[in-house]
Amino acid sequence: MADILSAAWLIARKDLSIEFRTRSAFFSAVVFALLGLVIFYYAWDPTAVTATDLAPGVLWVIFTFSGLLGLHRSFGVETADHAIDGLLASPASREAIFLGKAIANLIFVGAVQAIAIPALALFYNLRLGAVAGPLIAIAILAAIGLVAVGTLFSAMAVNTRLAELLLPMLALPFFVPIVIAAAQATAKLLSGRPVIEVGAWLKLLLAFDIVFVAACTLAYPFTVED
Amino acid sequence: MKISWLSTLAGAAVIGTFIRAVFFTTLEARQGAAQKIFYIHVPAAWVAFLAFFLVAVASGVYLWLRDPRLDRFAESSAEVGVVFTTVVLITGPLWAKPIWGTFWAWWDVRLVSTLFLWFIYVSYIVLRGAIESPELRARYSAVLGILGALLIPFIHLSVYLFATMHPMPIVGKPSAPSLPIGMLITLMISLVSFTLLYFAFVRARYNYAVERDAAAARAEHDA
Amino acid sequence: MPSAISTGASAPPIVEVAELAREFGSRRAVAGVTFSLAPGKCLALFGPNGAGKTTLLRVLAGLLKPTSGSARVAGIPLPGGPLARSRIGLISHHTMLYEALSPRENVSFTAQLYGIRDSRARVEDSLRRMSMLERADTPIRSLSRGMQQRVSIARAMVHSPQLVLADEPYSGLDESGARALTALLGELRSAGTAIIVVTHNLAEGLSLATHAAVMQRGKFLRYDSADRIDAGSYAATYREALAANG
Repeated sequence: MADILSAAWLIARKDLSIEFRTRSAFFSAVVFALLGLVIFYYAWDPTAVTATDLAPGVLWVIFTFSGLLGLHRSFGVETADHAIDGLLASPASREAIFLGKAIANLIFVGAVQAIAIPALALFYNLRLGAVAGPLIAIAILAAIGLVAVGTLFSAMAVNTRLAELLLPMLALPFFVPIVIAAAQATAKLLSGRPVIEVGAWLKLLLAFDIVFVAACTLAYPFTVED
Repeated sequence: MKISWLSTLAGAAVIGTFIRAVFFTTLEARQGAAQKIFYIHVPAAWVAFLAFFLVAVASGVYLWLRDPRLDRFAESSAEVGVVFTTVVLITGPLWAKPIWGTFWAWWDVRLVSTLFLWFIYVSYIVLRGAIESPELRARYSAVLGILGALLIPFIHLSVYLFATMHPMPIVGKPSAPSLPIGMLITLMISLVSFTLLYFAFVRARYNYAVERDAAAARAEHDA
Repeated sequence: MPSAISTGASAPPIVEVAELAREFGSRRAVAGVTFSLAPGKCLALFGPNGAGKTTLLRVLAGLLKPTSGSARVAGIPLPGGPLARSRIGLISHHTMLYEALSPRENVSFTAQLYGIRDSRARVEDSLRRMSMLERADTPIRSLSRGMQQRVSIARAMVHSPQLVLADEPYSGLDESGARALTALLGELRSAGTAIIVVTHNLAEGLSLATHAAVMQRGKFLRYDSADRIDAGSYAATYREALAANG
């Protein structure tokens, strides 16, 4: 287990330093998220729908789409010069490779959220201070599920003829429970309902994370040619 | 083309079911003739779930045994499942319109879940089409076949929680809990005949896959 | 004292392959190959495209599972775990490098992945041997194909593997790169590393080899040890294999 985690962390650090070097995916994901926040504001009549009603849906829809931008690149860097062969031929286990890629994606998605959520508060004039704790919990749980499924499908999509076109199609149905749960829970929080009412959604997210982190880690070795 | 005994039997059973449903089953008191669609909608939904359940089972066993027959079965079952899911999605709104007054009802958990089911297995078919190597295609689709089945309860639960937290005025719930015996028998017959139809379709689709793969193997051998 | 212990014959072989086969669906890419290779020996593998050379190397590298037959690397039966993979250095016609990172970062990442503690000196040494120390901090994408190949070789050597699997290692290298590679492989050999090199270039392959084989349709058409290698007759067999294939 310690071996797996240290190899995973090494791979995650490598991915993050590639991302830090190029910054292409991160900037495009952040700009995409900010643009999305702005454009969505004009998609509703502000006199009919309040910003508080609008914000949760906007946030989590944008979150999934900007997450996809980061996930595209995840296995793209491995296929360019067949670097993935180097990883697979190394002593690192396949599970460690998957977890490493997933950890890097989680940090990527978390960093995008760290900018998008305050930006949402700013643009939609929300006071998030009071609900910051539960909101961060929702964000973390949602991000874990999204990244687990997204990393696996990213690994699969790069080896198909459609490449990145296929990723949204494969991944979005799996993001449905995440978006529903996160958006509904956020809506409850923003409308000042007690945290206890959010419990069912948090449990759903947690169960999703447990099932899909396990299933995707176990499934990844089957997506590798052997 | 040769018609197999299974297809003949399934076809006859489905026609028999419809004759019984239309001419020999009493009209439902409140819904009238619109309720007849029930005898297509419900068995189609059952077959869709059966199809995707069997895709997941065949996928799991495939990853263990790596037998290409299991992959062909999963492929066939998924396609037939999508056809029946499409039937559910068409008959559902047709039934809902006269009863609820709207074609689409987001609070109908089963119908909404079925829509997402349709998305999952359409992407399964697209994934299969996007991979050249038969072995890679089989492994990837097996992974998706299993994950898709794991996803279904989560979709169902989230749609259900959504519907219960945002209750909508429900005019009349069509699926009556206690059916008169005549209707119940017709429903049972329709379930059996649609299941036969499922197996007939899967068998035909499977035989097609066998011939296609044999032709591909011959072509590769000659090359 | 008898000095027989130091001869290759008595040392346990690094690679032992018996009736190894690998199928892709109905296609037999490797169709029953048997050989063994002792420490310090080098097998040069020739053959037309599609003969199964790359598949054979990928099976030995642990990237593919054998369909039948057996293969052992350093005594560990394949498909082996992390331990078997840690003994092997793989050079392929793909560089397996990350183009956004520098040679130093790439090689250092590999060194850490192979669990080398205090990897800095090893990374330096590996890059120096391929004369890449001056460009060690330039991103890979700004290097020429030949320089990338040098880094790729440094990457494969950094953990001092017991077995080097080299698939077309000379491709893209200029003359000085090729000399550096030949010198490096020679050094590794005398340090006891076993090498399998796949190449289309008979002269380069045979200059290093203690054993040679011509592969065709997944099988060894011919397999000889050092004393019987004769470049002229190899060229003839190779041409024969190419002709039979085309």
